[in-house]
Amino acid sequence: MLFAPLARAGQFVATFTPLKRLVCFAAVLGLLAMLFMTVKLTGNMNYVLPRRGWMLATMLLVGIAAGVATVLFQTISNNRILTPAVMGFEALFVLIQTSVIFFMGADSSFYSSPLIRFVCESLIMTGFAVLLYRWLFAANTDLHRLLLVGLVFGILFTSLSNLMQRMLMPTEFDVLQGRLFARLTLPHPQLIMISALVVLVVCIIVWRMRYAFDVLALGRDAATGLGLNYRKTVTRILLLIAVLVSVSTALIGPLTFLGFMAAILAYQLAGSYQHRFVLPAAAILGVCFLAGGQLILEHVLSMAGALTVVIEFIGGSLFLLLLLKRGRL
Amino acid sequence: MRFLAFLLALVLVSLLTVSSLVVGSNSIGIMQLLADPAAWDLLILSRIPRTVALLLCGMAMSVCGLIMQMLTQNRYVEPATAGAVQSAGLGILIITILWPAAPVLARMGFASFFSLLGTGLFLLILQRLSLRATLIVPLVGIMLGAVISAVTVFIAVRFDLLQSLAAWTSGDFSGVMKGRYELLWLVGALTLLTYFVADRFAVAGMGREFAVNLGLNYRRVMLLGMSIVAIVSGVVVVVIGALPFLGLIVPNIVSLILGDNVRRNIPWIALLGGGIVVACDLTGRLLVHPFEIPAGSILGVIGAVVFLFVILREQIYVRS
Amino acid sequence: MIEVSQLNKFYGNKQVIKDVSFTLSAGGITSIIGPNGAGKSTLLSLISRLLPADSGSVRVDGMNVATTPGPQLAKRLSVLRQENHFVSRLTVKDLVSFGRYPYSQGRLTVEDHEKVNAAMAFLDLQVLQHRFLDQLSGGQRQRAFVAMVLCQETDYVLLDEPLNNLDMQHSVAMMKQIRRAADELQRTVVLVIHDINFAAAYSDRILAMKNGQLIFDGSPQTIMTPQVLEQVFNLPVQIEQINGQPVAVYYR
Repeated sequence: MLFAPLARAGQFVATFTPLKRLVCFAAVLGLLAMLFMTVKLTGNMNYVLPRRGWMLATMLLVGIAAGVATVLFQTISNNRILTPAVMGFEALFVLIQTSVIFFMGADSSFYSSPLIRFVCESLIMTGFAVLLYRWLFAANTDLHRLLLVGLVFGILFTSLSNLMQRMLMPTEFDVLQGRLFARLTLPHPQLIMISALVVLVVCIIVWRMRYAFDVLALGRDAATGLGLNYRKTVTRILLLIAVLVSVSTALIGPLTFLGFMAAILAYQLAGSYQHRFVLPAAAILGVCFLAGGQLILEHVLSMAGALTVVIEFIGGSLFLLLLLKRGRL
Repeated sequence: MRFLAFLLALVLVSLLTVSSLVVGSNSIGIMQLLADPAAWDLLILSRIPRTVALLLCGMAMSVCGLIMQMLTQNRYVEPATAGAVQSAGLGILIITILWPAAPVLARMGFASFFSLLGTGLFLLILQRLSLRATLIVPLVGIMLGAVISAVTVFIAVRFDLLQSLAAWTSGDFSGVMKGRYELLWLVGALTLLTYFVADRFAVAGMGREFAVNLGLNYRRVMLLGMSIVAIVSGVVVVVIGALPFLGLIVPNIVSLILGDNVRRNIPWIALLGGGIVVACDLTGRLLVHPFEIPAGSILGVIGAVVFLFVILREQIYVRS
Repeated sequence: MIEVSQLNKFYGNKQVIKDVSFTLSAGGITSIIGPNGAGKSTLLSLISRLLPADSGSVRVDGMNVATTPGPQLAKRLSVLRQENHFVSRLTVKDLVSFGRYPYSQGRLTVEDHEKVNAAMAFLDLQVLQHRFLDQLSGGQRQRAFVAMVLCQETDYVLLDEPLNNLDMQHSVAMMKQIRRAADELQRTVVLVIHDINFAAAYSDRILAMKNGQLIFDGSPQTIMTPQVLEQVFNLPVQIEQINGQPVAVYYR
């Protein structure tokens, strides 16, 4: 009963061109953003409005970064189920956070300056990614091996973090936990602005390469045959992915499955295989998930702090369902 | 020759075992044992149970790795890369929330039950996989484990149990004392059972068609293997916590040296597995003396490095 | 002209291409034959810079394939491998349009669209142009891929086992279309092919490989002798002349 109008709407949307669909997504996003800014607006406007504004900005950046990074990662890895998180990024983030508290204590001056921390974290993560892939790609490693190596690196980082966490004071552990989960309300405005600049630059580069992605999706041999410098392009894309994931994890912490959900839905709804439609769709949908999820959690379920964990939960279940249904990676 | 080698290895592990009995925040010497009754108490209440637990867990988890590798026909699978260990963790978390005062036996049963579900889910997914390339199977298993962990962490955060969760799942032997480890003898018995039915697992490891052709009841062997793995994982996680990569690296190292005769390999795997865990625990006790690092954490780091080495080495091997 | 000189390739310690040199002048069809593991596909990959050579060089119209920029080479030489898997769900027209990428970098001009349509017409794909690749039969899909490389408008077209998984009817149709591409569009085609009789019936020149070496090079008539084929394939082969066409018989 409930699904009948939805299905009819779906059939109607199915006749849309890819461009029209993008406009629709953007409209939905606009609506969600408006709701997010205005629902249950009480208290001191000078405090509440900017706070919500910064939160929205954070969601915008994280959603875009997750969506774009995941689609690009899936294009170069030629599958539609794995995500950059698989390569051990989140685990590295946790390791860096844990090391900082472990070696410098919860209240060192290094730790209290969000800007320095952000720059350091991003640099370490990007550096790591570039080194790892340079090394692995230099060995002409096949993709499954690459992914498995990434996964095992992730486990290695997790083990190291666990090792250190075991030796933390409970108060320090609390601080760490606060940094690792539900950090949506925390980022510093300065940090958000720098992230915005970084994301903007990355997006411009990505947009200029949009047709190359379509060719890359044909696979290594076909892309080379069409004149693409495969290695150079893939290395460049890995670098872009590393920057995007770094920004997103540094802003709100580990999120394994947000990009996965955004990308899956983008492939289904964008109405085209071309990256110039899929990429913006994934970015917008990523933001929609964050804003919509926060709206529901905050005002319907009153669980304001649990957004990232809920997204992990839903995304993870979706991942398993899809794996069961499709039977391949 | 092989017998001699085994004897030598046995002596080495025995030496490790004796060191494990002696070393700790209070070291025990023979002189003290003769003079000080408190040293005897320490030995009987804490050191002996701890060392026995180390050996039993190491043996059982390594042999479990072998069973999983037979059942999935894949070298890179072990209870932790198949969702079994993570599921057991979820089970403990849920019973802790529902029934905080649950007796150990109930916790163990619950953990084993969840572990069985997790392994079943993994095998179900494998069955659906159209492309069972060697490296895809562990990829799927680790992703499954990650999803189950995500669910576990979500629940733990909601109920403010995150640090307890980290403590449960970190493979820590420091809490092992007389009266709190005896369940592990069950795990030892299961390891022994595995030795006696080893040939069935070996046949099952050749694939379903092959096994059915030889008249094996394939389903029953699968179920037996899954149950052993689930019970072992459940008990070990309840008593100790996770011992990552053990079931992966030990059978692989043994088969690298000795080939793939399952029955002949099992004693070696058990011995090596026990030895590695004792060594890790000893290292953990000595590194930050008088504090301790959980053996599981050290194993995680060492195991990951060894695993990386195995994956990357094989690539060089294949190409040359 | 394709000039291959003293080409060597190793996989680990195993040498899969041993000191191969030859020259292909423009025009016609050249087939590379040989037993499994002879290095046929590797040679094709080396010529088309899909694999780097360990020593030696390949020059296409004087350009060294190892150093020439990819886009420039992609306008001279196109290559189709036998395995083509990807996750994008493409229509036939989408796929063929990729052939214009070296020229337009994805932004198709009116002229590009004409060329795409011409390539599809050449391979009788117009009625299928809006079908998705996964809705096609093996023969139709193979035709779509060949249309893509033809659409690339290169002088040299390299095809790795284009008859793989095709039945008799589709194999003959495919070979006829390749022959037409060589004759009507003046393309220089290099094939890796398993079926010696197809190679003999449609090629102008045959290169025979064994153990990574080029052991025979000549017209079909000179290759289609019992002595040569027996040496290449380690198998007694009879040659019958049927309607003036040499046919190898080796089945029993």
